[in-house]
Parts: sequence; structure tokens; C-alpha cells
Amino acid sequence: MSAETLYPLQNGIGNMVRSLFPETAFIINPALGLISVVILVSILAAFLILLERKVVAHFQVRLGPMRVGYHGILQPLADGIKLLFKEILKPKGADSFTFFLAPMLPLTATFLIMVIMPFDHHLQLVDPAGGVLYVLGISGLTVLGILLGGWSSNNKLSLLGAMRSGAQMISFEISLALIMLLIVMLSGTASLRGIVLSQQGLIFDWWIFKLPFLGILSFIMYLVASTAELNRTPFDLAEAESELTAGYHTEYSGMGFAMFFFAEFVNMFISAGLATTFFLGGFHPPLIGISAVDGLLNIIPGFLWFFGKTFFIVFVYMWFRWTFPRVRIDQLMSLEWKMMLPANLLLLILGAVFMVLGWA
Amino acid sequence: MKETVPKENLLEYSSRYLRKVFTGFSSLIQGMDITIKYFLNPKTVITQQYPENRDTLKMFERFRGPLSMPHDENNENACTACGICEKACPNGSISVLSTKDLSGRKVLGKYVYRISQCAFCGLCVEACPFGAIAMTRDFELTVYDRNELTWVLNKPQNTSDTTQGEC
Repeated sequence: MSAETLYPLQNGIGNMVRSLFPETAFIINPALGLISVVILVSILAAFLILLERKVVAHFQVRLGPMRVGYHGILQPLADGIKLLFKEILKPKGADSFTFFLAPMLPLTATFLIMVIMPFDHHLQLVDPAGGVLYVLGISGLTVLGILLGGWSSNNKLSLLGAMRSGAQMISFEISLALIMLLIVMLSGTASLRGIVLSQQGLIFDWWIFKLPFLGILSFIMYLVASTAELNRTPFDLAEAESELTAGYHTEYSGMGFAMFFFAEFVNMFISAGLATTFFLGGFHPPLIGISAVDGLLNIIPGFLWFFGKTFFIVFVYMWFRWTFPRVRIDQLMSLEWKMMLPANLLLLILGAVFMVLGWA
Repeated sequence: MKETVPKENLLEYSSRYLRKVFTGFSSLIQGMDITIKYFLNPKTVITQQYPENRDTLKMFERFRGPLSMPHDENNENACTACGICEKACPNGSISVLSTKDLSGRKVLGKYVYRISQCAFCGLCVEACPFGAIAMTRDFELTVYDRNELTWVLNKPQNTSDTTQGEC
């Protein structure tokens, strides 16, 4: 394809570093990339927290934070300072090492997945050939962090919350993996950049529209499964803010809690970003085939398209969260094992049939 | 022979499955429709920005603030000192101290209202047969001294000082 030669996986800064320091460029470039990911994650977390609070408030006929800055713009900063100065408490009898290790694991997972996000042709740190496998593997780290956090808190209710959360996340990971498998099968590659490039062309070449019914169905199922994977309402049995006290992170305060919280919000962005990558054409503009309009759409850089689509899906997650009531644990499990999993397998078979017939 | 429930075949099962999915989705979409309408119309926001809009803030009609006794332009109230409100009050926050006027009739001396004990239930207003008392829509009730929370609601009359109450 011409896209690989037109837009190689390099950028100006990287090339400059390579020409200036040819000896140590292999250290400097990854370091720069990691720093940019750290900055991106911290800005995103602050922004998403503010966004959620404002969006939620308007869904609930409220105004949300209004005092700190214009319409509460500086509210995440105030929250951050508050969390920094809070005392870090450890429950009696808790295992120190795992107790302080647990909040770091979900945050690490978010950093690691951010590394392979295809933001634009030039904006991707690495592009492993098995990117989808990498995503699935790393997202298991989040479950581990939650289970460890619940276990090491020395609190039976935290442990129960962690167990429920773990069961839920492991169950819905199967559905998520099957949907990803469908897209991998259709696009013929497991690298995230390859999947985006396979949707090049008009808006009807995106996987959500390319397959009759199949694409939109699997997109909806992806949204449901990832909402459950993110532990958000209507599947937030583990936290259930309004009924239980927070589940697995009950005993955490200060920065430990902040890490869980940040990871939760950035994971929402990551999940939306993956949905964009798999179904909505990633960084491709929605071309509709009329050259005048397409020219205008092509001017807008790809990462803006990526962020626009991603934030639209983030908005849909928030919309879900503040509209739907919480399900029971048996309803949750029967949704996954009795409805989603058979439907996913059926979709996979149908996708294979479509591929063999050459419709996709 | 005992009748058993007929086992549903695959067609029935799958139609039930599909119907479940469709009814579920339609009800979810109804809910999302309601919330997006709230989101897209910022006018529906009911939150009051209190200290800023203090001058324009209108309290709701049904808000029950502290008790008051309306006086007409002749500085007269409709209270007959019957004491029904005092009996109706569950907290004992009203004391009607009656006195006798020159012709020996029982009239109101002091209408003592202790707002610190009031639950704002409105039973006194409902009990009053003369409509002599009403609930205001005032809500800024903070004071520095507890003694300021005991009010005398009736304004002193211009006639001779017969306000010596008998408890």
C-alpha cells in the first residue's frame, strides 16, 4: 500500500534526534516518547474527570462544579492538590508490599496500552505485529491490580468487591477478545496501525458500516462489553457508589486512591480509542465521496479525527452511565454467558462466511 | 398421565431471545432519549447559584419558612388567642399568651414563636380557623445568639398597654 510509504512510522523530532545524536538516539527517542505518554495520560485524566463531572451534571439537571475557575475549569487541579495532601492510611494487618503495589498495576497498564495507540500516521510509539494480543494481555494487569488491592486491604468487603469485579472483567474480556478477533480476521492483521489502514477510503469502508448489520451489531456489543470491562454503570457492581462503599478501593486514600481513579478514567479513553481503531476508521476522516467536501475533511489532521471520534465514544459511555440503572450480578453473568457469548460466536461464523463469499 | 410443560423448540427459544433483545434495547433507548434532552437543553438546569443570585432568587410557592402573622394596614391581626395552634404544634414552639382587654374579653397579648424548636411542618397554619398565621418563604435564618430565635409575632397595639401575659 502507498500509505506505508507515504507516512512511515517516524516523525520529525525522532529524525532530528537521530541525525544529531546517531549514537544514543535509540535511548533518547524512547525516553521522549515515554515522557510524552506520561504527560498525555496526566492531562487526559484531569480533563476526563472534569468532563465527566460537567456532563453528568447536565444529564442530571444540575450544573456541576462552578466555583473553581470559569465554570469549574480548575476543579481537577484542586482535586489533585487535595489528594496529594491527604494522609495515606494503611489498614491494620494489611500486607504493605501488595497494598502499595496494587494501585500501580492498573496505572501501569494504561501507560503500556497508550504506547501502542495509533493517534495518527506519525503518532504511535511502537506498532507491534500482535498489537491486539498485547492489548488483551496488558488489560489483564488491571484485573490483577484490582484483585490484589481487594486482597491486601485485609477487609472482607473489599475482597468481595474485588472478587466480583475480577469475575466480571474476566467474563467480559472473552466477549471483547472475540469481537477483536472478528476485526482481526476481517482486516487480516493484528497490528493496530494495520487495522486502521485496512479501513482506508470512504466512510463506508469503516468496519462498522462495511459489513451489512454485522459491523454495527459488533460495535454495539463492543460498547456493552467494554462498559462492563471498565466497571462503569450499569455494570459497576464492584463499586456501586450509591450502595456499597467503593468495593476494592475502600481502604485506599490519598495517592493510592488517585491512582485507581486515574487508571479508571484513562482506561475509559483507551477503550474508546480502541473502539475508534477497530470500528470507526481510527485517524481517517469520514470521506463521503464528494471531492469538495472530502478536500475540506482531509485538511483536518488525523489525530484530531482520532480524538474527536474517541471523545464521542467517551461521551456515549458517560451517557450510558448516567441513564441506566445497575444490573444484578446474576443478570450480568447471564448477559455475558447466555446472550453475548453465543451472539459473538455467531457473528464470528457469519463474518467468516462473508469473507469466504468475498462480501467484506 | 401427568402433563408436563412442553419443551420449547429452537425456533421458539430464538424468537424469545430476539424479542428479549429488542424490547431491552427499545427501553434503553427511551431512557437515553430522556437524558440527552436534559443534556442538550441547559435551560432545564434547576440548580440555583445561591450567593450570586441572592437579589433575584424567588423561593417556591410551597416552601415553608418561619411562621409569621400578617397585619393589615391598621396594624391589626386576625388572631383571637384561641390557642388552637398552640395545641396543634407537635414541638411546643408556639405559646399564645392571652390577656383581657378593657371590656373583659380575652385578646392576644403576646404570640411567642420559638423558631429554634420549629420543624416547619405547617400544622399550626392548617389548624388556625381564622387564617391569622402564615408561613413565609424566608430561608436565611442564621443568627449569632440563640436568644434571637425566640420571636414575638404580633406587633404591639397602639391602645393601652394591656400586654401583661398570664401564663
